Amino acid sequence: MTEPALTTSPAETGPALLEARGLTKHFPVHHARQAVRAARLARRSDPAQGKSGRGAPVVHAVEDVSLALPRAGITAVVGESGSGKSTLARMLARLITPTSGQLLLDDHRVPASNRGRREYARDVQLVLQDPFSSLNPVHDVRYHLARPLLVHRLAKRGAALDEAIKSLLERVSLSPADQFLGKYPHELSGGQRQRVAIARSLAVTPRVLLADEPVSMLDVSIRLGLLNLLGDLRERDGLTILYITHDIASARYLADDIVVMYAGQVVESGPAESVTDQPAHPYTQLLLSAAPDPDRAEPPSLQGRGSPPSLVSPPSSCRFHPRCPHAMAICAERTPPAAQVASGHLSACWLHAQGLDSEQARPIAARPPGGPPAMPRSAPDPGEET
Amino acid sequence: MTADSARADQTLPARSFAPTDASARSRPRTGQPLLEIAGLCVDYGVGDGAVHAVIGADLVLRQGEVLGLAGESGSGKSTLAYAATRLLRAPGIITGGEVLYHPADGQTVDLLALDEDALRSVRWSQIAVVLQSAMNALNPVLTIGAQLTDVLRVHERGLDRAGARARAGDLLVMVGITADRLRSYPHELSGGMRQRVMIAMALALEPQIVILDEPTTALDVVTQREILEELMTLRERLGFAVLFITHDLSLLGEIADSIAVMYAGRLVERAGAASLFRAPRHPYSLGLLNSVPALHGPRRHMTGIPGSPPDLRGLPAGCVFHPRCPYVMDRCRVDAPPLLTLEPAGDRVAACWLQDGSTPVPAELARDPRSQS
Repeated sequence: MTEPALTTSPAETGPALLEARGLTKHFPVHHARQAVRAARLARRSDPAQGKSGRGAPVVHAVEDVSLALPRAGITAVVGESGSGKSTLARMLARLITPTSGQLLLDDHRVPASNRGRREYARDVQLVLQDPFSSLNPVHDVRYHLARPLLVHRLAKRGAALDEAIKSLLERVSLSPADQFLGKYPHELSGGQRQRVAIARSLAVTPRVLLADEPVSMLDVSIRLGLLNLLGDLRERDGLTILYITHDIASARYLADDIVVMYAGQVVESGPAESVTDQPAHPYTQLLLSAAPDPDRAEPPSLQGRGSPPSLVSPPSSCRFHPRCPHAMAICAERTPPAAQVASGHLSACWLHAQGLDSEQARPIAARPPGGPPAMPRSAPDPGEET
Repeated sequence: MTADSARADQTLPARSFAPTDASARSRPRTGQPLLEIAGLCVDYGVGDGAVHAVIGADLVLRQGEVLGLAGESGSGKSTLAYAATRLLRAPGIITGGEVLYHPADGQTVDLLALDEDALRSVRWSQIAVVLQSAMNALNPVLTIGAQLTDVLRVHERGLDRAGARARAGDLLVMVGITADRLRSYPHELSGGMRQRVMIAMALALEPQIVILDEPTTALDVVTQREILEELMTLRERLGFAVLFITHDLSLLGEIADSIAVMYAGRLVERAGAASLFRAPRHPYSLGLLNSVPALHGPRRHMTGIPGSPPDLRGLPAGCVFHPRCPYVMDRCRVDAPPLLTLEPAGDRVAACWLQDGSTPVPAELARDPRSQS
């Protein structure tokens, strides 16, 4: 990157419990043929891009993301699939090691090595997306909840363990707890399974809960129950929550702050209502214009089309510029700095910059993306030829 | 009417049928019935262990209409569609009812009574299905060109290889994919493109009815919106009727003309899309609407629907929704409510004892559909 770090952080609502500074994750492209093809593609689009220091192509999954989770706050990360939001969650949970950047828990730097992993896990827990595969089908609920208690030596086998398990089940509103203890995952509904998964995370009394799309696999009618459970955990127990989702309406419902990610970068962040009611970044505007909304009288006009870019050779500087309806010459040359558009509301876009000269502000046509053409309706009508 | 004139002309209409203005879309459609499903019952398995997946479903799909079928997983919405097109696989068994197809130009047929040959002539060429998971529905070892031409050559005997190839290319272009993608294998396409290929395949023979089973569920919101826009444009142009199956009620509010809501294999409410959103009559519909957080306005606490979706192997007595219903009465625990006709025209029905006139109706379930919000 030629530009200084793009750093955006959510509203200063209090001291951060868990903070990420400049987290970057590059995954090596392993497959030989893919690697060759990716390298060729990268050379063609931009000789400087698509390579790490060693010359092997990498997937730029997360690029220089800074994030602060305020104590007892709920922060939502919103983005499409492939935007790097799950990779970010896994880095925060230390399941994968960042390529660069650092984590701070309680303002103390978390060691990069595997030392202290167990202590860290006691503070920061991850809830996975799919409760159908995150629970072991051959073990019952009691086993799932007993494991963390035993591994972290929080309870001794016997009556105390049973008591601890029951109180966990009650915390996630699975009552009467006795009924659920002996059940296997296949005997539970999706919502109940996800509650068991949350209870398992709560077993070590963590301070931070990272919830990676916790409701997207569930039926609409039970999603709210789980979102409300997360809200209650914050209210009652002061849990700090990172809520990862692709559904911006649910982020608005649950979270205090929203962070919008696109192609591995943070493009906008701020208080939830400010971001959804006055979206400042063109990508956030696109997301909102595409979201289903029964209140809308007219069919929405989509603010930009196409699909996210290849992360092996991401577009130069602003990664959204090939799809952006407002793209200017400067967007392809320099990474936009984060500009404050409202109190605590940051947006990384050149549209907020003052004093661009006429050459920098020259509109460049949004390139049609690699996949389907931008305007399908203008395609020739097959009926005329048959 | 655009849809009717398009049907009279069997070739693809020219560009003059391109999307009409927004007012045309919101106009209520009163076309002739095209597909009538009456009293359809579907079981999985036989004997005492049989699970009743669909019970006595009645639906009418009219010409040029978008009918939304909403419900949670396990509510029987996909089963209903598969049974109606006789695509149901064992252990699914159709145990009753009829599915009448009224072609614009011919004799009404009962799809459930047709033999295999007659069924083959109707299915795909008249009624096409877009399956939920494009990843699984496309053959991974054949190019999409081969799969598209296969459809064309089976159903149109006169078509030669080159002609089929050209038509397949045209179909891809129609859904917004360049024709050179004919040589691609499914794994080389993105999820959105695969779904577009599925739509192109369904439209290959210019069907009168397209059944879309969760066509956008696995896609990102932007891709979902693009595909929906495309579908609606194609529908205006080609004039087919759509049965749109989804669990996302908020999506139906934007695209459907009328909506049917299913719960545990039963239809619980059927209404025009706007009426259902402004004035739901069944507590389950109301609960579903209250489960979707809004994008605007003040943030308020919402409760969703308490409890879990029912287990079809052990349904409660009386109304199947009563264990989760906030308005439950003694009667609901004993008697199952029939579908009550709420409006004289018969296009508004709900299966709820609250609506039979014997008890005062809670204000939330008695809103005026004409009032805003």
